[in-house]
Amino acid sequence: MLWNVTKTLMTGMGTTFQIFIMTLVFSLPLGLILAFGIISKWKPLRYLIQVLVWIIRGTPLMLQLIIIFYGPGLWLGHNIWGGNEAGRITATIVAFTINYACYFSVIFRGGIEGVPLGQREAGQVLGMTKSQIFFKVTLLQMVKRVVPPLSNEVITLVKDTSLARIIAAQELTFAGYSFMKSDGLTWPLFYSGLFYLIFVGILTLLFNYIEKRLDYFR
Amino acid sequence: MAILEVKNIEKHFDNTKVLENVSFDLNEGSALAIIGSSGSGKTTLLRCLNFLETPDRGTITVKGATLFDAGRSRAENEKDIRTKRLHFGMVFQSFNLFPQYTALENVTLAERLLAKEQPDFKQRKKELLEQINAHGRELLAQMGLSERESHYPHQLSGGQQQRVAIARALALKPDILCFDEPTSALDPELTGEVLKVIRSLADRKTTMIIVTHEMAFARDVADQVIFMDGGVIVEQGDAREVINHPKEERTKQFLTRYTQG
Repeated sequence: MLWNVTKTLMTGMGTTFQIFIMTLVFSLPLGLILAFGIISKWKPLRYLIQVLVWIIRGTPLMLQLIIIFYGPGLWLGHNIWGGNEAGRITATIVAFTINYACYFSVIFRGGIEGVPLGQREAGQVLGMTKSQIFFKVTLLQMVKRVVPPLSNEVITLVKDTSLARIIAAQELTFAGYSFMKSDGLTWPLFYSGLFYLIFVGILTLLFNYIEKRLDYFR
Repeated sequence: MAILEVKNIEKHFDNTKVLENVSFDLNEGSALAIIGSSGSGKTTLLRCLNFLETPDRGTITVKGATLFDAGRSRAENEKDIRTKRLHFGMVFQSFNLFPQYTALENVTLAERLLAKEQPDFKQRKKELLEQINAHGRELLAQMGLSERESHYPHQLSGGQQQRVAIARALALKPDILCFDEPTSALDPELTGEVLKVIRSLADRKTTMIIVTHEMAFARDVADQVIFMDGGVIVEQGDAREVINHPKEERTKQFLTRYTQG
């Protein structure tokens, strides 16, 4: 039985990991783009993004997931996600990407604004272009500033993936819970907790390593 | 002929006039000190020359070419402004070294980025980078920092950081080197090493504009001096003459406060 449960949980873990990694791949760059929008001098764009961030941060992720998954079918009369597992995972990644991009945008904005203005001016008087200043001067200093708050969000994301169960995506918690429904077993749920712990443990080590690597400058 | 001609510069921040009718010339190879109390507009003037601020009026001419004319269209593309900026080098009060780069990398960064824009960069990459590094090392040696080329800014003292910043500003061979209170952020015992470097640049006939509170230094190193108060030039002339024998009442008051303080 243990082997059987482990196998099922491993499959669930695969889905969890897929949601996790794809959400990061899309939401990190999107968050940076939104951050540029928030600090943009063009007010309409700034307000638009601020309202978006307010709505997304102000409502439960679970609610957003339900709306994104069921919304198109209910209001457009066409379920754009398809009825299968892949569709459910895609919908989850889309909902998570929007949600996390908003949180990341606030962190990135803080990181960009935390780099002293003098750094940009030093680049300007050396004849550097805006993009050279961003990539060669600001970016790494920003990264150093955002790693600690970012690690918090990323660790939260690991556990938020369990929300995908609400639209029946078969991630890790779904897998652990399935044994309670079918065989009346509760220990697979606790066992699934161990998977999360190990995953988060590895991430913590990774973030510690990144922080250490960026320790060479102040 | 004057290498720099500044005419009728005027600058407002919202409704406050910070510069009014500022005009002066600077000859090649000479050093100009700008003195005056805080808020007199000295730093803003320097920032206008470096295109960090846009004057509302006036013209800036370098080597006979008008770089800025408030009367003409403002819409300039980034590339033009970049080229114009390279006539000036700037040393900031707070150094503004890039913390993630070593002393040598700080000095060579701008040159490396410019080299990349050359069409034959790919073929000559190694050769060009060696040249740039050699030039950077030469500048650091000139600043007395040869031993410190691989140090990061936070590993250097304030005086050393400011000397790296001077080397960085010299790297692109600007026509005019600007200093914005280069020693104001330093502990008193560290100002000497920075002033010594600036003095050596003056001895080599580097064209310089120095905003400073060090009156003795301004008198000894600068050829010309400008005293500013309330956004206008109150008095300008030979450095020794203005500081030792000021003519205007406001200059006298200012200098008395300084020699007493």
